Amino acid sequence: MRWITARRRRPFFGYAAVLLALVAVGMLYAAVTGLGGSTASAGSGSSSAQITEGKNLFAVSCATCHGEYAQGSSVAPSLIGAGAAAVDFQVGTGRMPLKETNAEAPRKTPVFNQQQIYAIAAYVASLGGGPAIPSDQQVSAAGADTALGQSLFNANCAQCHNYSGAGDALTYGKYAPPLTQATNRQIYEAMLTGPEAMPVFNDTTLTPVDKRDIIAYVTQTRAEANPGGFSLGRVGPTTEGLVAWLGGIGALVLAAMWITAKRREDHTGEITGNR
Amino acid sequence: MSDSNERLTMPKPLAKQGAELDDRLHAAKGVRTLLRKVFPDHWTFLLGEIALYSFIILILTGIFLTLFFNPSMTQVVYHGSYTKLDGVRMSQAYESTLNISFDVRGGLLMRQIHHWAADVFLAAIVCHLLRIFFTGAYRKPRDTNWLIGVAMFTLGILEGFLGYSMPDDLLSGTGVRIAEGTLLGIPVVGTYLSFFLFGGQFPGTEFVARFYIIHVLLIPGLLLALVSAHLFLMVHQKHTQMPGKGHTEANVVGQPMYPYFMVKTGAFFFFVFGALALLATFAQINPIWQVGPYTPTAISAGSQPDFYMGFLEGSLRMFPSWTWDIGGHTVSWDVFVPALVVPGIIFTGLGLWPMLERWATGDRGYHHVNDRPRNAPTRTAFGMAGVTIYGVLWLEGANDIIADHLQIPLYLTTEIARWAVFVGPVIVFWATRRICLGLQRRDASMLTHGVETGIIVQQPNGGFVELERPLNEEEIALISAKPPAPLSIARAVDENGVPEPALRGVRGKIQARVHEVFAEGISLAPPANGHGNGHGNGHAVTEGDGERAAVGGGPAGPAEVGEGQAGEEGE
Ligand code: HEC
Ligand code: HEC
Ligand code: HEM
Repeated sequence: MRWITARRRRPFFGYAAVLLALVAVGMLYAAVTGLGGSTASAGSGSSSAQITEGKNLFAVSCATCHGEYAQGSSVAPSLIGAGAAAVDFQVGTGRMPLKETNAEAPRKTPVFNQQQIYAIAAYVASLGGGPAIPSDQQVSAAGADTALGQSLFNANCAQCHNYSGAGDALTYGKYAPPLTQATNRQIYEAMLTGPEAMPVFNDTTLTPVDKRDIIAYVTQTRAEANPGGFSLGRVGPTTEGLVAWLGGIGALVLAAMWITAKRREDHTGEITGNR
Repeated sequence: MSDSNERLTMPKPLAKQGAELDDRLHAAKGVRTLLRKVFPDHWTFLLGEIALYSFIILILTGIFLTLFFNPSMTQVVYHGSYTKLDGVRMSQAYESTLNISFDVRGGLLMRQIHHWAADVFLAAIVCHLLRIFFTGAYRKPRDTNWLIGVAMFTLGILEGFLGYSMPDDLLSGTGVRIAEGTLLGIPVVGTYLSFFLFGGQFPGTEFVARFYIIHVLLIPGLLLALVSAHLFLMVHQKHTQMPGKGHTEANVVGQPMYPYFMVKTGAFFFFVFGALALLATFAQINPIWQVGPYTPTAISAGSQPDFYMGFLEGSLRMFPSWTWDIGGHTVSWDVFVPALVVPGIIFTGLGLWPMLERWATGDRGYHHVNDRPRNAPTRTAFGMAGVTIYGVLWLEGANDIIADHLQIPLYLTTEIARWAVFVGPVIVFWATRRICLGLQRRDASMLTHGVETGIIVQQPNGGFVELERPLNEEEIALISAKPPAPLSIARAVDENGVPEPALRGVRGKIQARVHEVFAEGISLAPPANGHGNGHGNGHAVTEGDGERAAVGGGPAGPAEVGEGQAGEEGE
């Protein structure tokens, strides 16, 4: 690391980095398109035992709302065609099984372990259609282009999630959550399935490479330090204004009181002038 | 306490140098006056100084930034040391701001001091303005300086807006876009104005360079001139002073410029500088590298202006979307009213207030001793109502952040704000007036009964009384400093009981009524010493020669709220 830091400013480093990135992108792209994401642990290749396990779990935890055959009900949508990726996202982020119906399902600690989630996903996928769970290579940020990711993020995501991914309010009590906890795969799945108020970004809107660039940008942004001091929440001038009033003017007013307090007791050096 | 005529002594070496200089410049008299200038020693008199010192720091750090900032909208591809954005297309303005932040030594610190200083500058102006307002320090002869102040406040806001618009990041570009929309919203000439400012369609390739020249030259120049005029007038007219023992309309009591005030204010400069440096070191402000460069196709959630533009943002957000179509031309009331008419009313009202108050009180006299806010209940109530309106607009400007963090629906915040901006000031006005009058009533009772000590004693007959101590001289001076209400024209009748000509007719009647409202209050004359107890109620006192005489409009009995008594209060 120290070796890199020391040479980071050299002109050749930029070219080297770009070259390296290009090679990596190329290799990964080939890997991804070549393999077609077949490393997914759920979906077409899943065993019937797994599907049966998933069916049982579904009957216990999900059927009350989504219906015995996942056909949907008055309180919850049909999951036929929702796909494995949707299940992995919804259950993996703890949103499902839903506890209470609010404007939006909040992120919670997941109820099921990953094994069980794959099982439910396999069951829902077996009902037909929908996106599969993306493979680790598909969601890897290694070598992705953060610069492109930045442009794509500001154009497609920032209007809801804020430029820094800090999240913000939407209409009717909904909100875009902060992107501080989602794993690479969950970010990918969120784009693929468009949970609730979020739009679906299918592979023609944002290509798989675009999605990886965005993942790289999101994960790098949230991990990077704040060179200017405390981040103040990365929500923009609102907290800055608060700090200017409390920490700036507030402190200075106290200083002004302190500096003029001495007089009170003894009228040191006081004089009287004429108007 | 010494007299101002006392000889001013200087250290020997200084005195000699001074004499040499004076042989050439003949400035001794002026300097001597300046060095003996009396500074009233009250903390609220330092609020203006916070503004002054942050302004100086703004100029100094600003000069540093001009050395590295490139006000050009020429598009380049970034290959700087912030590798996350390597390869992003951006304007040179944004690129050079990234360079200041990451490559110029001390650049980020300077940027952050400059930005924090701007926030503190405007916050200090707001505080300073409020202190001038609530103490009535703007009254004749200082109404000129009040106008200069309002002009500086307006220019300061504009300067800040131009400043944070120049880096050409997504956030600032959004603000400029709103400014363009506002220009377009002006009926008839809006489109022309917008094309004139941006040199064509938004965003064009011109505006950063234009904003730059206004930000670093035009407005700072105007501000410097106005600050000089402001301070010159302040020295020339001398400070006001808070009411207190020995403080009269004919004198000014405080500490001399040299040596006391010079030391204090010098120290205070370093407090301001220190506070800004600390803020800039520990609190990140405007991290443009996170925000990304501006492109008209993108927008971020939570886009907010800096706090001093917040009231305009809120005004825009809460206004209903009213547009008219007149003969094929759209009139955007939803932009024109909230973004131009509302601030127009606020700032014009601020500027005209001293005049309005003169009309409302009929008081055209000079004032050098300030009012305690409670002693001018109607003015204080108007001030608080204004603060309420401003505050609601300001909060609404951040309504998405508030909705997100307090988990209330977004539209509900807007609904609440729409009501609050009309109902809030009315309630606050009424409550403030009641509180002020209540405080006056308590003052009156302190003048008659003294201060309750909280010590309860049992009397021989078994009853309990609370011990009270009489006020000391300073307290009496402070409390009884309320100036008598000016003779209201409501009472100005001639010997035959015929009202003054000015009072006849509808306008006169209205004015007379307004006078009464403004003059309402309790007379707080200082107690006549050694006088007997006005109402013989046998309260115990801890020391002194019995209770203070009763005061008030009437010859005996407790002081009363004098609705309609205004005319008698001068006696
Ligand atoms: C209390 C009722 C309830 C329960 C229990 C519940 N859900 Fe849901 N689910 C909903 C509702 C309502 C929605 C639609 C709103 C949303 O997306 O949050 C939904 C949406 C979903 C979606 C997204 C559908 C889409 O088209 O993208 C998936 C996937 C899902 N649920 C899976 C599950 C699974 C798996 C379980 C069991 C572990 C489960 N749910 C349990 C109520 C429920
Ligand atoms: C219209 C607004 C909107 C846009 C645009 C949008 N999102 Fe979302 N996003 C949401 C909402 C709302 C949720 C919460 C969904 C839920 O709770 O079921 C969400 C959830 C997420 C989550 C899950 C967060 C977590 O911690 O569980 C991720 C990750 C995410 N979005 C990424 C993105 C990315 C990347 C983009 C751009 C390609 C994007 N979003 C664009 C509204 C949006
Ligand atoms: C650029 C910003 C400003 C600077 C640097 C500044 C500075 C000062 C200073 C140092 C004083 C002397 C003492 C005091 O603080 O009371 C003063 C007095 C005064 N200021 Fe300002 N001020 C600014 C803005 C304003 C504004 C916005 C107003 C009102 C709208 C205003 C109105 C006044 C008045 C009326 C006085 C005389 C009051 C007195 O002597 O008690 N000023 N100003």
